[in-house]
Amino acid sequence: MLEIRNLKKSFGDHEVLKGLSLNIPSGKITVIIGGSGTGKSVLLKHIIGLIEPDEGQILLDGESLYEMTSETLKKQRMRFGMLFQDAALFDSMTVYENIAFPLIEHTDWSEAEVTRVVKHKLEQIRLPGIEEKFPSELSGGMRKRVGLARATALEPEIVLYDEPTTGLDPVTSKAIDDLIVQTQNNLKNATSIIISHDIPSTLRIANQVAMLHDGRIVEVGSPKDILHSKNPIVREFLDPVIDQIGVA
Amino acid sequence: MIKIVNLIESWVVSFVLELGGFVTMLKDGVFALTKTPVRWKLIFKQLEFIGVNSSLIIILTGYFTGAVLALQAGKAFRLFNAEGATGSLVVISLLRELSPVLTSLMLAARCGSAMAAEIGTMRVTQQIDALQVMSVDPVSYLITPRIVASFIMAPLLSIVFSVVGTFGGFSVAVGVLNVNNAIYWDKIQQYVDMEDLWNGLAKALVFGLIIAVVGCRKGYTTSGGAEGVGRATTQAVVIASVSILVADYFLTAFMF
Repeated sequence: MLEIRNLKKSFGDHEVLKGLSLNIPSGKITVIIGGSGTGKSVLLKHIIGLIEPDEGQILLDGESLYEMTSETLKKQRMRFGMLFQDAALFDSMTVYENIAFPLIEHTDWSEAEVTRVVKHKLEQIRLPGIEEKFPSELSGGMRKRVGLARATALEPEIVLYDEPTTGLDPVTSKAIDDLIVQTQNNLKNATSIIISHDIPSTLRIANQVAMLHDGRIVEVGSPKDILHSKNPIVREFLDPVIDQIGVA
Repeated sequence: MIKIVNLIESWVVSFVLELGGFVTMLKDGVFALTKTPVRWKLIFKQLEFIGVNSSLIIILTGYFTGAVLALQAGKAFRLFNAEGATGSLVVISLLRELSPVLTSLMLAARCGSAMAAEIGTMRVTQQIDALQVMSVDPVSYLITPRIVASFIMAPLLSIVFSVVGTFGGFSVAVGVLNVNNAIYWDKIQQYVDMEDLWNGLAKALVFGLIIAVVGCRKGYTTSGGAEGVGRATTQAVVIASVSILVADYFLTAFMF
């Protein structure tokens, strides 16, 4: 469904992506891991068409995102939902208005119908009754959960997560992981792409793991494959965490 | 010498690029009006913010500007027994020059800065990216309502400024300088043309566009976190204020 081919991107003299290729299988959770500053977030912005590459393609059902007209791209984006790193909730709007925003923008549903969906989404993320709160009144974990509710309000086929557990305590991280898996099931086998450097979380939820290093994908496989990889770059990234958490 | 040439070259290039950016933002903002839906709710919200909420500061500025004009002009005119002309000088100065310019400078400080800060914060916290991801055009959502509201409200507030300033001048001329009440109004009728009003309003329309386009563009292109937002806000006020004064000279040279 989603295929990344030889993606290259530089900002000034700094080459961030150096010919990155990756197939994202439909209906699975793909986690792209890698250290800070390796271009993970830049890759995610390419996937949703916020940044254009210098070279390379991203094919959605065989069609290049970057050869689409802006109107077609807008329509294709409706198939995506994205949870931003800091949730990117509209801080001038309440939780209700944030979740209702895509519904009001893109459907002709009645107010009652929109309210019903918002309440349902809040129940799914286990935060009922916070409709009238503003993002500034929520904790980091709550903001991410509301961000997830907004990202999935229109039941997208592909959900992108930019470091969903960064900065959260282990309990909240686990809760977010559960929500990602639950969302995956609720959306009837949506495709999830997660950018992360949280190894325990990755091992818990991924169907496919890809290791990004120095602007390229250096290893792809199941969590088990990655865990037992002999690739020195993968080992250097995983071993300190594995020693710490004691994964066999 | 080569260094100086290079420096001038880089200034010229960045000036042209910046100017191009402002023109593109204006074009995109206006073009978005041709697309449906026009976001009336957001336009009315901005009309309220720029217009209604700026009224008090414009009334205060207008009153004291008219008052001080009358005080200075009245005292000068008294030297050759022409203090009756105070009213006409106050009103012509207000309509042609002071109302559009001072109203716009106040709006640049109050609203242009707010536009840059609000949109800039949305940029650095990825809220603008979120709009795009949700297939909502950030220009039609954020920029167009501000351009439309500023374009409408700058001339209207300029009228308020002139009216209040005229009464400010009246209160000082009649109350302090003992100019005859009837003469104050009679000289205004005698010397003030409708052309003075129309030209002043035309200036305010242009200044309104400058405030919104500069504020929105500076906010929209913000980078670098909280420091970047602060920088964008300062630049928005400085660039809009200087642009208003420069545009005022050329518009005056063209109109009068």
